[in-house]
Formats: sequence, C-alpha cells, structure tokens
Amino acid sequence: MTVETPTRFSPLAAWRDELAQLPAGLRATELPFLTQLTLRVRPGSPAAAAVEATLGITLPGPSGSEMAGDVKALWMGPDEWLLVAPEGQQDDLAGKLRAAIGDEFATVTDVSAQRTTLSLSGDLVRDVLAQGCAIDLDPRVTPVGSCLTTVLAQAPVTLVVREEAASAVWLLVRSSFATYLATWLVDACTEYRGSTA
Amino acid sequence: MNAPFRADGHGHVDRDITLSFTFDGTAYTGHRGDTLASALLASGVHHVADSIKYRRPRGILTAGVEEPNALVQIEAPFPEPMLTSTTVELYEGLVARGLSGQGRLSSEPDSARYDTVHAHCDVLVVGAGPAGLAATLTAARSGARVILVDELPLPGGSLLGSQERLDGAPSAAWVSDVVAELDTLPDVRVLRRTTAFGHYDDGLVLALEKRTDHLGAAAPEHVSRQRIWRIRAQQVVFATGAYERPVAFDDNDRPGIMLAGSARTYLNRFGVLPGRRAVVFTTNDSAYPAALELADAGVRIAAVVDAREEVPAHWRAACDERGIDVRAGHVVTGTSGIERVSRAHVAAFGQGRPGERQGIDCDLLLVSGGWNPAVALFSQARGALRYDAAIGAFVPAQALACVRTAGAAGGNFTLAGCLADGADAAARALSALGRTGGPVALPATDPLPDAAPGRVLWRVPSPRDGADGSHQFVDLQRDALVSDVLRATGAGLRSVEHVKRYTTIGTAHDQGRTSGVMTSGIIAEALGVDVADMGTMRLRPPAVPVPFAAFAGRNRGELFDPVRVTSLHPWHVEHGALFEDVGQWKRPWYYPRAGETMDEAVLRECRAARTGVALMDGSTLGKINVQGPDAGVLLDRLYTNMMSTLKVGRVRYGVMCGVDGMAIDDGTVIRVAEQEYLLTTTTGNAARILEWMEEWLQTEWPDLRVHLTSVTEHWATIPLVGPRSRDVLALVAPELDVDNEAFPFMSWRDTPVAGIPARVCRISFSGELAYEVNVPAWDAITVWKALIAAGDSFGITPYGTETMHVLRAEKAYPIIGQDTDGTVTPQDLGMSWVVSKKKPDFVGKRSFAREENQRGDRKQLVGLLPADERTLLPEGAQIIATSDIPAPPVPMLGHVTSSYRSDALQRTFALALVRSGTQRIGETLYVPLDGQTVAVTVTEPVLFDKEGARRDG
Repeated sequence: MTVETPTRFSPLAAWRDELAQLPAGLRATELPFLTQLTLRVRPGSPAAAAVEATLGITLPGPSGSEMAGDVKALWMGPDEWLLVAPEGQQDDLAGKLRAAIGDEFATVTDVSAQRTTLSLSGDLVRDVLAQGCAIDLDPRVTPVGSCLTTVLAQAPVTLVVREEAASAVWLLVRSSFATYLATWLVDACTEYRGSTA
Repeated sequence: MNAPFRADGHGHVDRDITLSFTFDGTAYTGHRGDTLASALLASGVHHVADSIKYRRPRGILTAGVEEPNALVQIEAPFPEPMLTSTTVELYEGLVARGLSGQGRLSSEPDSARYDTVHAHCDVLVVGAGPAGLAATLTAARSGARVILVDELPLPGGSLLGSQERLDGAPSAAWVSDVVAELDTLPDVRVLRRTTAFGHYDDGLVLALEKRTDHLGAAAPEHVSRQRIWRIRAQQVVFATGAYERPVAFDDNDRPGIMLAGSARTYLNRFGVLPGRRAVVFTTNDSAYPAALELADAGVRIAAVVDAREEVPAHWRAACDERGIDVRAGHVVTGTSGIERVSRAHVAAFGQGRPGERQGIDCDLLLVSGGWNPAVALFSQARGALRYDAAIGAFVPAQALACVRTAGAAGGNFTLAGCLADGADAAARALSALGRTGGPVALPATDPLPDAAPGRVLWRVPSPRDGADGSHQFVDLQRDALVSDVLRATGAGLRSVEHVKRYTTIGTAHDQGRTSGVMTSGIIAEALGVDVADMGTMRLRPPAVPVPFAAFAGRNRGELFDPVRVTSLHPWHVEHGALFEDVGQWKRPWYYPRAGETMDEAVLRECRAARTGVALMDGSTLGKINVQGPDAGVLLDRLYTNMMSTLKVGRVRYGVMCGVDGMAIDDGTVIRVAEQEYLLTTTTGNAARILEWMEEWLQTEWPDLRVHLTSVTEHWATIPLVGPRSRDVLALVAPELDVDNEAFPFMSWRDTPVAGIPARVCRISFSGELAYEVNVPAWDAITVWKALIAAGDSFGITPYGTETMHVLRAEKAYPIIGQDTDGTVTPQDLGMSWVVSKKKPDFVGKRSFAREENQRGDRKQLVGLLPADERTLLPEGAQIIATSDIPAPPVPMLGHVTSSYRSDALQRTFALALVRSGTQRIGETLYVPLDGQTVAVTVTEPVLFDKEGARRDG
C-alpha cells in the first residue's frame, strides 16, 4: 500500500492560472488554509475581556474588523467574530482562547476549512464588485476595515475592505461556492478584458 | 435615396453619416441620431402597421416612449419583438417591419451579454431636460454624489424638441456647458440611453441602459448590450417631463394624425417635417409654437382649430403674420383618408355640440389636448396624486420625504418654471440630506406671453349615428374605443381600475400614457362625477418594457444558480461520475464504467457495499456545532429523543419534529465533549435546521447558554461501507483499535487517517459495518485517495447517491422529504422508539397526543414487493385496493415514496406510505400502471437483514 504525501486541496487551486490572467486593474489571489475560528461571546462580558487580553486586540464593533495583527478579528454578528490567523494555528489559538475563557460562557469553533479567502486588489475591484454586490463601497460610506457579510452575485460572502475605496478587499467565501464565485469573477471581467485586448 | 421630408437647418442628427435600413422590405436611409420613426417620416412613411383588432392602418402618433401605435419587429441583426419605432435608434443594417400587436421571439438564443450594476448616490435625478439639468447642477455643485439618468442619447430632453432660447442663444449651448461641468465632477455620473423603470422601497430605482443597441451589428461582443442599474438613492428627483394628451374624435387613429408637440420634436430634434399641409387641433397654447415653428420650416398650416372660444391675441397675431387661419371655438369632429389622413372635419363647438362640419384638406393633423405630467415613477414611490382642473391632469399632491418631482412632471410647463423648479427640488433634496447647496445661476429664458388657460376636452361628441364613440379610439394599441368605455360604465363599472380590465385600456406596452387620463375623463363624464374623485389608473413597474434577458443579466448558463461542489468534486469528475442536483449541490449519482447502464452500475455499487467495501462523498451533510453548558438541554428540547444522556465518545440517531409533531429532519448527534455536540442534518436542510434551532434559541429560550455554529463545509465526510471496511480502515488508521469491542457501533474516535487528524464515527446508513471518516475539507482528497489505495485489493468501489438510496431503503431508513412530506410522524415511520416517553417536553410532543395523530388508519411506512419481481414501480405511483381500477373518484390508499432494484434481494422493491399500512402487512394491494394494475404485497418496511446481523461485520 502506498499513501501519497498529504496534499491539501484549496478550493481555488485549480483557478490559479485563470485568475492570474484577469485584466490589468484586477489582481485576484487565493489565500488558502488560513486559520479561522468562530468566536461567540457577549461583547463587554468577562469572557470577551479575557479573549481581548489574550489576543491583544479590541474586538471590533458592528461591520468592523481588526486587521492589524497576526490574529485578525472580523465582526460577523452581535456576539460573533471570525478570528483569522496564519495557516496552522487553529489548535494553538483555540487552546489559548479556551484556557482564557475558563468557566465563563464563550465558545470557540474551528472553521478553518469552511471558507477560503480571495484577495482582490486593483483599480477595477470596486467596479467589478458593483456588478454583483449591493454594498456601497464609497470610502465615505465603507471605510477601510469595514467587514460586511452580504451576497456577491448569488454567493454569500464576507467582504473586508483592506485599502481605500475598495482598491483591495478580502472576500471570504464558503468553499463550495468558490468555483461559482471564480466563474462569476472571470465572467465579470469580460468587458475590461475586451477593451484591453 | 434622398429623404424628401428633411428640413434643412434643423435637428441634431448627423447628416454626414448616412445609415441604410430596411422597413417592410423597402430600403431607406437615415442619419446617425435618427430614430427608426424619424427616419421613416423623413422618407414620407407614416403607415407603420395595422391595428391588432380592427386591422386599421396606423401611423406614428408620438416621438417617444409614449408611442401607442408604431410598434415594430426587428428582424436583423437580431430578432426582437415589439419595440416602439419612436425609441429605436437607427443603425446601419437595421431590418424591421411593422407589427400588429404581437411580435415574435427569436428561435435562437440571444448571444449578447446583459448585466447588472449597483450604484449609490445622495441624489438621483431622472431626466436630463431643463428641470433635470438644473437639479443635477444644483446638487452636483454642493459636492453631493449625484446620478443623472436620461433615456435619450443626447441631454436636453424637451429642449431638443423646441426652439426656445437660453441666455439668448440656442439652448444646446447651455446644455453642453452643464454637461461639460458635470463631466468634470468625480462624484457625478451621467447615464445616457438609460430609462428609470421602477421605484422600490428605500430609494431603490431600477433603470435600463441600452449600451450597444444603437450600434447594431457593430456592437462589440464583450460589452453588455443592456444593463440594469440598481441605484440606491438617498433622495430622488423625478424630472420626467410630461406626455401630451390627444383628444378623442371620430377616426382619430389614421396615419398622419400626430401629437402637436411630437411634430415639433421631429422638426427640431430630427430635422424632419412630418407632412406638407397640416391642420392643428388644440385645446391649449402649447400647439401654437409647434404650428409656428413648422410653418417657418415650410409646412403649410391650413388651419389652427382651437376648442377655446378665445385665442390669446399674441398667438392669433403670430398666426396672422404667417397667414394661418385660426378657428376659435372649433373642434375636429372626424377625418377622412385611406392609408393616411387626407382631410380634417372641422365644426363650430358652441354649446358642447359640434355644428355643421367643413372639410380641410391636409396630410398631417396635429392634436393637443393638454399635457399629463409623467408621474408613473413618483406614483410607484407611493406619491399621492391630485387632479388639477386647470390643466386637466393628475399632478403630485406633495413631495415625499425622499422623493419629489421637478418641472413638467410636477405640472410646471414653462421653461423658466422648469429650470427654477429643478434647482428648487435639488435644494430641497439637499436640505433633507442636511446639505446646503449654493444658488445656481439659471439661464435667462425668452420673455413669455401671458399664458391663457386651456380647455379640458376629453372627446368631441360623435356626429355619427349609432353607438356613441364607436369610431373614437382611446387606446390605439388595444384598439379600445370610447364606446368600449361607455359599455363598461353601462355595465355598472364605476372604478377606473375595473374599466381598465374590462376594456384592456392601459394594459399595452405603453401603459396607457396617451389613454389613461383620457379614460378617467370619459368615465367621469359618462357617470356625471368629478374626475378628481375618479382618480387615474395605478401605475406599476416596470414603467417601460424591459427585456427578460436584461432582468436575467449574467444569471444565465453556468451562472444561473450557484453550483456548489465538495472538495472531492474534481476526483469525481475525473472518475466519470454522473451528478445529481441536490439543492445547489452537485453530488455524484453513480460512477458508470464503460458500457454500463445506470441499473448495472448501481447494482454493482450496491454489491460492492454489501459484499466487499465501498465509499462515497458525504460531505454535503449539514453539520452544526452545538456548544455551551446548556447544549444538552437545547438538544433534548429539539430532538424527539434524549441527547443529554449521550456519553462523550458516543453517537446517537435523532429525529426533529415541527410543532405539529411531523418529522422535519433526522441525523446523528455525537457528543464531542461535556459541553459540546456535533449534529448532522440532511443535505438539503442544513441551513433550514440551523435557522430553526436559532429561532428557538433566540426567541423562546434566550436564557440557554448555547452557541450554534455551522461547520458544514469545514468537515468533509467519507462513509466507508461494507464487510471489508474494517480491514481498509485498519490499513490507513494504524493508531486506531478497530476491534468491535474497542470501537463499537455508534461511537467515535479521533485518530490519524492517512496521516491526517480525523474523526471516525461508526455510523451506518446501509446496515453494513460502516465508518464515517471526517477530516477538514482541504485534506479530504488525501484521505479519499488513501482509502482507495488501501481498499484496492478488496475491490473498493466508489458509489453515488443512487446506491446510497438503495442501501438505506433496503433497511427502511427514511429520507426526510422523500419518504415524508410534512404530514408524517416518527410513529408513522415505524420509529416510535425514537420518541422519548421520559422527557417532560420537546418540540412536537404535545401534537402526538392529538386525536388525529393517534388514529390507527394514518398513513404508515411499509415495504411493497411487486408480484413480478422485475416490475419497478414509479415513485409517486398511487396505491389502490382492487385489481380493477374503479370509476373515479378512485379511493387512494397511499403512494410509493421510494422504489429501486435491489442486488441484495435480487428483485425490485419499494417503500410506500399506505393508509393503515401496518395492519395491511401481508395483504395484496394494487398500483395502477399504464392502464393496468400491478399486484404488490405489503411487507414490513425492513426487507434486508431484519435482525441487524451485518452491522458489526
């Protein structure tokens, strides 16, 4: 019996080439295998304080994110955050947080493989997203750091604004929708591709 | 070919660019900037099509979107039905023909792109006429985010159709200055060829942009042909103008009869003379500039027939100067003509009755009955309308908090008034946003003579004998007459909405723009009530026809509905799986080998699972992590059986019911830790069950300290099934003691599988010795391939959903939603054992005590064996008691819910819901099939391995 060397499969691995050929003005890169933990805790509670102390950040408020450090926090709901960290930290991080929470009521769930993260950047990002996303990405309305769970075309996504005027965003998408989203994205670029050809 | 009706020195068309087109088989030319209608008129063509019902020749009544008559079918470059020739921009190679009401869809798929774009603004202005431009400029200069949409290719709106001057110069100069300034502002977007067609809650306005239609065959393929804009605006200003209203008189439908303002537009926007010799019939001042401008351009105005007793002196003087005969207190009572109007019948109109008629020869009869503000969008926004008796039209009663009108849309019909009103509407919109805009210097207009009031005249009484109004058309597209309206009121209809439906007036593509208010007036007259009390037809979106292709946008083909796939999908594709749609998921259905039929493949896969080892992709199962001190309490309240007593390391099957006691889902629950459970749901119910649980948690039991987290896509799930599954698992999970005692049925272990940290459960959905290997989705392919490799010597076989269904049906494991339909209790499924008798309460418990739920003759799940073991019953087939089909109504005992060929049983079998099914076991019942009946024996639902001997291998 031979067992292959473990090769993980990221949802958009097969799309790498196609995404690399998007028109100038839109760069799309998958950030696979990020550590992702769902944190459920009542804001302002002792458990929340313990989490914040452990992470060294303040949990962001509604529609916000804390993206500065290694462990990033994305607001997902009134008592829910998605903690995003570099690859491979899920067990450590979950362990640390659970230890900090102790007997208080707060929960941590590993959802690292649930979503993949698509990083988009370039001048076209806002125009392309406007083809399928109802959120107003004007920097005066949706400043850097905004985190919105919404739909892009027909795919549920969490959108994080990384740079001014959505010139860079993260799209976190459930793995099963990743192919649909990539197909949509490539198709959405048809108009720009034609004009540069 | 030279167009004989072009007027030199007029119009905005580009005469340097000549475009060839074909209409009704004849070749013509026009110019860039023409509409199909203007190009036809320039060539002297008025007769566009015959009417739908009476087949009367019909021409071009208007110059815009309000056109009720001149429908065309485009044949090339791409077939498209039912377009108004007055809004089709001319392009090279256009082939069209006139349309009598009904068009023809293309039999070929439309290869053009259509798309949707979302946009946001502080102020949306609809309409780029004088009011709209003044509003846009005012809003834009304040620094607000502004979107201006306009249906025409050129800005200017009504200014394009008149010779009025601004600051002493042609108005085009001011228009281009404004647009040039708007173009420099980064927060202003101007959308041309874009028609707002719907206003929805919270300032959502939908607009259709025709991006490449005007390029014809030269349209680039990569640019969407049409685009739907979804504009969310804080404030909306509808500067949508007004539509001129005709007057009904006998034979008012002939080609060559045109609205006066439209004729003015043809002259000034297109440089086209719609005729040589015109009679102008008006009830108000607005037709005079039309008559004078046309006269100056070379049209002989044979007479101006004014229904008013008094004609303002300055208009009379201007007509006298040009030798135009003005007949005050007169009306047009009818017309003559064959393909086109050749004579207008004119009579004095003293006491509301026409006097003796006199014919005036003409090839053009211009009509103006006043103007109706274009309030469709304002009305869609739930803006109230009021009747303004002075103009005989419905106008906005008052602005809404976020929606207002400006200019002619609000009943303001002078150029100076429109400009001022536009600026004022924008200032109010800005003020509502807490912004201040500086005053905008508006251009000076030519001095206007004092306006005289118009006369409100809906129809001219018919001089003919016979049914009143039987030659007077109201809705030209629907061929609906005044007599139809009178028949409706005669039948007792009192509401304009009822009359609309009785007569079909206002239901065509034009939504009654030229007929709606006239209808209200005629009804009011007939009933002797005030039009103000009658009201007008309710206006609904879409305000203009919008192609379905535009609504569909890019949601076509592979983007029609999201296709969800698991992390193992590429392997399935590579290995020839055929797929079944399960909700949005693509699941492997079966894996045919070369030359194999579906039946053969499924039998082979079943045999592998029952005699060797097989595996499938179960990743689509819904998975919910339940954590917190009260997790067990919550699950006890939602499942019919007890979950809080489950020990860490163990697994339990559970059923959830609705409050009515009917099964809504089933699955397994594993206890991960003292305060943590992981439950599975059926694939299609994953989101619904999470919402169901959250609803109870958040609305009924917020005191419970529990958190629910969907982990459906974090975990990939691989069932490994069959008597040799233990051998295979042992090879890839060296640290796991796979012995039956060490790892018993309904327990789970965390252990590396193929080097990947995995959670292995001993769960069986087939009755065989089976495992479920759960790993993070990104590792699934590694584990899957390792299992395939390890199982190679055992003949390991991938199987799909069809085999899964056969295996579970042989064991009578129900599929919620296939074997149940929302009216089936766990007891009906023969699963009383899953309903706790100890728990004080759980969702559904109370309903089990209902008399209806206790009846012995409820439908219960049973097995069916067809007498002929080769007969496969269709799922959904009905079950009756007799071998002969009695006369209808046939008493039905139930229906087949699942039906398969079984390799294990070497025959076909079925599951069914049958009335009193449990008591009928052993009976013969019948299934009507192809006009005959098939005898079936009712059995216990479990047909294979009843004693459960295979579970432990």
